[in-house]
Amino acid sequence: MSDTKPLLTVRNLSVDFPTRVGLVQAVRGLNLSVGQEKIGIVGESGSGKSMTARAILRLIPLPGRVRADELSFDGVDILRASPRQMRAIRGQRISMVMQDPKFSLNPVLTVGKQITEAYRVHHGSSESQARQRALVMLDAVRIRDPERVYRAYPHEVSGGMGQRIMIAMMLVPEPDLLIADEPTSALDVTVQLQVLAILDDLVTQRGMGLIFISHDLSLVASFCDRVVIMYSGQVMEVCDARDLQSAKHPYTRGLLQCLPKIEAGAIDLPVLERDPAWLEAHE
Amino acid sequence: MIAIEDLDISFGSGRNAVHAVRGFSAHVAANESFGLVGESGSGKSTVLRALCGLNANWTGRIVISGQNQTPRRERSFYKLVQMVFQDPYGSLHPRRTVNNILAEPVAIHRLGDADRRIDQALSDVGLNRQFRFRYPHQLSGGQRQRVAIARALILEPKILLLDEPTSALDVSVQAEVLNLLRRLRKQRNLTYILVSHDLAVVSNMCDRLAVMNHGSIVEKLTAGQLKSASPTHPYTQQLLVASKGYDRTAIDKFVDYA
Repeated sequence: MSDTKPLLTVRNLSVDFPTRVGLVQAVRGLNLSVGQEKIGIVGESGSGKSMTARAILRLIPLPGRVRADELSFDGVDILRASPRQMRAIRGQRISMVMQDPKFSLNPVLTVGKQITEAYRVHHGSSESQARQRALVMLDAVRIRDPERVYRAYPHEVSGGMGQRIMIAMMLVPEPDLLIADEPTSALDVTVQLQVLAILDDLVTQRGMGLIFISHDLSLVASFCDRVVIMYSGQVMEVCDARDLQSAKHPYTRGLLQCLPKIEAGAIDLPVLERDPAWLEAHE
Repeated sequence: MIAIEDLDISFGSGRNAVHAVRGFSAHVAANESFGLVGESGSGKSTVLRALCGLNANWTGRIVISGQNQTPRRERSFYKLVQMVFQDPYGSLHPRRTVNNILAEPVAIHRLGDADRRIDQALSDVGLNRQFRFRYPHQLSGGQRQRVAIARALILEPKILLLDEPTSALDVSVQAEVLNLLRRLRKQRNLTYILVSHDLAVVSNMCDRLAVMNHGSIVEKLTAGQLKSASPTHPYTQQLLVASKGYDRTAIDKFVDYA
């Protein structure tokens, strides 16, 4: 989408945490621009992909420090926006699906209450209107009995269902940009793909931007338009998803090779050899 | 080595009863690796828990190494059968050192010679002696799963029950753990039952597999049949399509096998 101005521009983003054992650099010098497309961020645990997502929403807790040459969303400078401006952006313009429904849903509110809250805060609509929207959205994420789930508490639904509730909750305010942090890792493969299809349709129909964070390289390759590969806080490579199989960087190749494949059968899997030079080359 | 016939498992009673496993039958030969595949709630882990005595509420017949099993198991049973759990972040005691974790089964079974056995078990899973005095939080996910495997192997069992042993690990670490498990089976003539939702992992590890849905087996396959993508049941075919990655048109054809 080079013809339109990108929705989100990130230049030279870094996130640091001062700790007792020195400065931990969670993200170093990340560049990213997102338009109306599906961007995948892939990496192992600890590679900084979730921290990148949080930095975009300015959700890095103290004493963490976020610096960037530019971090702007639709003309708003995120790093200098007032708390009021940020509240208007979070949830309504950019929303985020977190990884674990167990910790991200409020245990003492019913599912329906939590979903409609997001919608009513941002749209100021009546309760019955919000309820209608919520039920439609629960149905869209393939929850079989939306009326029952609407009245249920989070502990009364399964993990996979909790994840779908989270997605419904984030989609109800109709955001311009959705950040999905491992949104489907707790779901079964078929349900996972069905949920991705919903997100895909929203991107194509409503022109939403999507940042999809995942550790599943083959899934991202088949789902996203572009893929950012992160390792130890740095971007190793950015490539078009369809070219991922012919990626050049040794880290990307290593990750692809160590995946077991159905057709390959019982063979010894190549193990990833990490090269310290990968990190120096970018500094 | 393992024969299961007409295994039935339910939880709860009356209106809240859940029939988790229905009429499950399977035979696993010695030195074979058998996979159980299915989506969450299909009953695959429940079968495993009944096999190793963690769930006493079952009917049917379980024969392990020629012995009829009752819900209650003798101590000698656990010298024969050990289990490795899914989440190495939850299955190791956070306040015990690796040394304590590995010494406990040796003490329970009064094997003696704990020092040598612990060193041996650690080196078998590719960890050196220094790891003995670390706590689980000082280990990476892959190292923890290696400790969990060492804990199972220290009793020199013949049968290892593996419940999603790599699903909590990064793919690069998964490759290491799968290679380790495959090598150990060869070296020690172990029999595996591996539960996984990932067809690729099962294809990599198992000789035969059963596909489960809603508590019953829908299809039994050899690894060869899985490789050549020739399963006959539509549910298995759908799983195969799904494991190939995202394909918008294929998804619209998905059927709910509830």
